[in-house]
Amino acid sequence: MLAADLRRVRAIVWKDLTSERRSKAGFNSVAFLGVLILLLFGFALGPDTEALRNAAAGALWLAILFAGVLAFNRSYQLELDGAALEPLLLYPAPRWTIFAGKFVANLLFVLLLEVIVVPVAIVLFQVKAGTGWIPAIGVLLLGSGGFVALGTFYASMASRSRAREVLLPLLLFPMLVPVLLASSEASSSLLAGNPMQDAGAWVKLLTAFDVIFLVASFLAFDHVIEV
Amino acid sequence: MSTAFPLQTRRKTVSLAPAQSIEWLGIVALVALIAAQAAGVLTSPPDRDMGNLQKIMYVHVPAAWNAFIAFFVVAVSSLLYLWKGEERHDLLAASAAEVGTLFTGLTLALGSIWGRPTWGVWWTWDPRLTSTALLFIVFVGYLALRSFVEDTDRRAQWSAAVGILGALNVPIVYMSVKWWRTLHQMQSNPSTVDPEYVVGLRTNGIAILLVLIYFIIKRYRAARMERAAEHLAQRAALGGI
Amino acid sequence: MLTASLQPTVKLDRLSRRFGTRWALRAVTLEVEPGEVVGVIGHNGSGKSTLLRVISTALRPSVGEGWVYGHHLVRDAVDVRRHIGFLAHSPGLYEDLTATENLMFAARMLGISEGGIAGTLDRVGLAHARDERVRGFSAGMQRRLALARLILGSPRLLLLDEPYNNFDPQGIELVNEVIEDARRAGGSAFVVLHDQRQGDRVLDRVIELSRGALLGSNAEAQPLTLATT
Repeated sequence: MLAADLRRVRAIVWKDLTSERRSKAGFNSVAFLGVLILLLFGFALGPDTEALRNAAAGALWLAILFAGVLAFNRSYQLELDGAALEPLLLYPAPRWTIFAGKFVANLLFVLLLEVIVVPVAIVLFQVKAGTGWIPAIGVLLLGSGGFVALGTFYASMASRSRAREVLLPLLLFPMLVPVLLASSEASSSLLAGNPMQDAGAWVKLLTAFDVIFLVASFLAFDHVIEV
Repeated sequence: MSTAFPLQTRRKTVSLAPAQSIEWLGIVALVALIAAQAAGVLTSPPDRDMGNLQKIMYVHVPAAWNAFIAFFVVAVSSLLYLWKGEERHDLLAASAAEVGTLFTGLTLALGSIWGRPTWGVWWTWDPRLTSTALLFIVFVGYLALRSFVEDTDRRAQWSAAVGILGALNVPIVYMSVKWWRTLHQMQSNPSTVDPEYVVGLRTNGIAILLVLIYFIIKRYRAARMERAAEHLAQRAALGGI
Repeated sequence: MLTASLQPTVKLDRLSRRFGTRWALRAVTLEVEPGEVVGVIGHNGSGKSTLLRVISTALRPSVGEGWVYGHHLVRDAVDVRRHIGFLAHSPGLYEDLTATENLMFAARMLGISEGGIAGTLDRVGLAHARDERVRGFSAGMQRRLALARLILGSPRLLLLDEPYNNFDPQGIELVNEVIEDARRAGGSAFVVLHDQRQGDRVLDRVIELSRGALLGSNAEAQPLTLATT
């Protein structure tokens, strides 16, 4: 029954977020890391305003990516630490509810991360927000959706393997190249005040990407979590 | 969702009877390769810009085509594995991935070697080369995953999922990089479809395809024999069951 | 006493499971009737926990098949899970959540009402700690909470891995009560024990595993490992 399944999804979201909130480490460190990465980029690129503005969208995304992957492994770490993964898998719950719950929890985590990191990027990289900043936020959200879907999926495997810290980025990052390109390009053009049409093609690509990989991850999750 | 893709693994027993020898294919492939390379080198004139460096295309381009074919095999075998649960599909996917990685690496190396004297740089963010580089990394990720997982069931299910998702992304990556390049008005890659070169490219394409098929079959057979030996030992350990 | 029944609770047919080259279970074949409580004994590493985990569907068999209430372990795994309650070695609780919250999560995942939580906590003697985080619980308290989670679902087949560990006499009594409850409802139980005498009061029969095989079966004598290159 769908109602019972939705209740399960909500339960997992609630559990993940509550545990995250109460654990001492966690979100604060990840957010701080995001800011730190932006700072490092600033140093690496040099103080020239033009260079900084051009690199802003790219640097922002890389900060989100590197800080965000920490969230994905952590979401499964919750289960692995207390040996709670087995009991979780023994409930008579369809697997997609587990994926959906973790996806939503991770998405909220990443969005919260962005709330902190985006303003910092705007300040550090001296971005002049043009009229297109609302669509630019939309592009950020779209990109985040694809990022989190794939991250949640790959982490379900990486967190249970050896060398999980390297395996997750190794599997995940190549998949995110379209997101990186699309988001950077679309954001840059929107912030520069270009009309939506320029960014339109990128938005379509991002949307297609999100749909394709959300569906693919849902379907594939069944196979990888079971075994 | 689960009903469409049954999760249980049904293992069919694998016999150890010697398979038909395919060494003939290896010899044919080698001969074809030598002939095609010779034909390409001898029959086409030096490129007006690149000179004889152009001949490298006769390996670089077919290698690229065949790397993509290998990846296509990985994707289809992975789908078959998830659908039917037969171990041989997993082994075919893994074999194709290994050979594909080799060919992809070769493509990148040759592309780089060609690029240096031509444009003065070791790397160019050309859509095809970039997509190939990404394909290479996806293959490497696939093989890394397999090496980190010991349980055969888990390894097969996980790599099948990773292989399929990776394959889905290849056209998307290609399109993204292409748009990205046009936006930044980069030099486009010199055309490789100059009519004088087409014949040479196609014959080499076929010759290298034969090499690809030969390598994959050899690798696949080795993998199946390993599994067959394991299954026999397994039966012994369980008391002939 | 065996009750007349249409089908056994659990039926295993040459169930085997390996990890890499090591066979943890070898061709285990048995049947358990409704109302039967089976003790599982054997040395460390003999496969007792693995047996329970395969029956619970947490692990899939490498070779062989099994059924719980007629549901196939692999094909009908979701149905199997509705019937079982598993008490593992490690409690598998969420340490940053309170006792009540852990049970709330379990109730939602089981698809049942949360109304029974307070009563269940009472029964296992954790009412006083209901709003404390599990992180601060002793091993015995964690086990009680794990037991509470099991009871919540009113499972018919109990899979208990060394349930008497870390328990004081009241805890042991509690475990036995839970087993009796299941038996009265026509269910069954597998109880892994180190020492057969611990379960004297509740066991109907005892099976012994040795290096993955059921003692008394012909799979015992076979070599242990795969000869691989």
